[in-house]
Amino acid sequence: MIKYIVRRLLGAIPVLFGLSIILFAFIHLLPGDPAATILGQHARPELVDAMRHRLGLDLPLWQQYLNYVGDLLHGDLGRSFVNNRSVVDDFFVRFPGTVELTLAALAFAVGLGIPMGRWAARKPQSFSDGFITVVSLVGVSIPIFVLGLSLQYVFAVQLHILPASGRIDPRLQVPYTTNFLLIDTLLAGRPDAFVDSLRHLVLPAIALGSIPLAIITRITRASVLDVTHEDYVRTARAKGLTEKRVDGRHIMRNAWLPVVTVIGLQVGGLLAGAVITETVFAWNGVGKWVVEAIEAHDYFVIQSSILIFALIFLLVNLVVDIGYAFLNPRIRYS
Amino acid sequence: MTGSILPVDDDVATRSAGRPLLEVRDLRTYFHVMDGVVRAVDGISFSIMAGETLGIVGESGCGKSVTSLSIMRLLDMPPAEIPSGEILFEGRDLLTMPDEEMRKVRGNDIAMIFQEPMTSLNPVFTVGDQIAEAVILHQGLSKKAAWDKAIESLKAVGINNPERRVKQYPHELSGGMRQRVMIAMALSCDPKLLIADEPTTALDVTIQAQILELIRTVQDRTGAALMLITHDLGVVAETVKDVVVMYAGRIVEEGSVEEVLLAPKHPYTEGLLGSIPSRGKRGERLNVIRGTVPNPFNMPPGCNFAPRCPYAFEPCTQADPRIGDANPPDVACWLYTATATSPTPPRVRPRLDLVEALG
Repeated sequence: MIKYIVRRLLGAIPVLFGLSIILFAFIHLLPGDPAATILGQHARPELVDAMRHRLGLDLPLWQQYLNYVGDLLHGDLGRSFVNNRSVVDDFFVRFPGTVELTLAALAFAVGLGIPMGRWAARKPQSFSDGFITVVSLVGVSIPIFVLGLSLQYVFAVQLHILPASGRIDPRLQVPYTTNFLLIDTLLAGRPDAFVDSLRHLVLPAIALGSIPLAIITRITRASVLDVTHEDYVRTARAKGLTEKRVDGRHIMRNAWLPVVTVIGLQVGGLLAGAVITETVFAWNGVGKWVVEAIEAHDYFVIQSSILIFALIFLLVNLVVDIGYAFLNPRIRYS
Repeated sequence: MTGSILPVDDDVATRSAGRPLLEVRDLRTYFHVMDGVVRAVDGISFSIMAGETLGIVGESGCGKSVTSLSIMRLLDMPPAEIPSGEILFEGRDLLTMPDEEMRKVRGNDIAMIFQEPMTSLNPVFTVGDQIAEAVILHQGLSKKAAWDKAIESLKAVGINNPERRVKQYPHELSGGMRQRVMIAMALSCDPKLLIADEPTTALDVTIQAQILELIRTVQDRTGAALMLITHDLGVVAETVKDVVVMYAGRIVEEGSVEEVLLAPKHPYTEGLLGSIPSRGKRGERLNVIRGTVPNPFNMPPGCNFAPRCPYAFEPCTQADPRIGDANPPDVACWLYTATATSPTPPRVRPRLDLVEALG
């Protein structure tokens, strides 16, 4: 197992290396000039040139790339052009926000998707199955920003039952220790602030989780239906097991396998979706930060944060694969 | 296979003196499908005494597996429906029994061995888990005791090194080994009736004989009754005492193995026996029953077998013969009724090779 993990981690190196080249190329293809952006549109050309020189942007592209990779190998992910702060530091200030949002969306998608899929599989072709199919088709078809704006309009603007944006009411002063607001509010002993940050989490989590919810529902339904007709399920019934045990143990343990794989793959989609969701809901996380960095041509922030995202995605997939091995004895990595 | 853990039943003789252990009366199992209704089992009756052995023989699709699944109530309803009939087990009708009670019968009083050992065991649980599960449920043993029982039953079905095997997953075992596990699982709760649905069909020929031998041994030792479902008359000859021949959802002939194999009455039984390739006839054409099983949506009028029957005559296409119509009442064929005008009752060569197997 250890050997397998090491091999997978080593395999991540060429992936990240390739990604760094592609990222670098794309970023430099973006129209616009960071130096000009920083100094404003009326800056004198010689000042802009001086700024370009200071940022190292006057070097040939290959040299810029080599400098960047050299710094990366030394563990230096660069500094923001805009505020000269270390990218790593800023990333980890904002990352908890994204984790909170992504986990909430995942909890929403898994917590609702699996029961719905099982319910739909109970009576295929019935009304409830059709209803769930339609709901999940709708869920997968609506773009996040449309759903996000609609949720804001209905629940915040019209009904006033949930906050429209942000992570917490700014009037509630809570000391940030971990930057996970759900944890910080509890550490500070502020149940009111905890509830408030939870309320802020609801709409963005639903907006971000709707597509994975639809996919997890469909795959759970299909997987349960598949397994239900397996010979070993008949064997389990022939043993006289209760329906609850046949369903909960013999069917679900097998039906979980494809579902787990899909959940792992959805994490990639969630990270991508977080960029949009955070922007729509003014959610202070990595996604919103990256969008701002793109607008400011803040090269190092874009490159490094996306590289970290990629690394996280690779790690999550590794964790999913290891979890898969625990669920499925036919695959034991050695 | 020493050290039997399965209790020897001394009670067989006294039990079999009374009413049958299992009595199926006029069972009908229909399937409602898109194109209409398939009468998979269409009014069959038979019975098994405690400790006795019965074989059910017929081609694929004749309704033999559906019969066993009906007894266990393992069919999905719908599409399946059992519009009539009784399945009396120790005098109680399984068909009208509440679900919860039926569940206690399954695995405990009646256990089943399926055709496909490769797919009949759950791939994500160890062999021991799967055996122990039923023991814990029906006998209320502790986890530890059930695990020991699983090891014992693996030993009883001739698995070497059961302490190691019990911790293995199905994919780590061969097909023959898995079928032994299935048998161990079926026997773990000391059932009164063992239903084996084509237990050897999916196995290599060399393993087939071993598994049959094993089933016979454990049946003998535990005193459980055995209902063996097969398309293979050779298997029947070697394993059971009585036999029922099914064709298109009906019983066409019944009797002891000797009677049916040596002096078949029904033309279909004759055809089945004739189609077994025999030794010493290398190079000759194989005998087959001409035609095919009738379309379930379009059954022929009269006798189901009439279109394929070499002896078919007038009454066959008009009325449907049933077991009991004939004299003696062990064959469903107009050739054997008092009113029959046919001059040609079927005459079949006895299958001496099968006779040897019976010895």
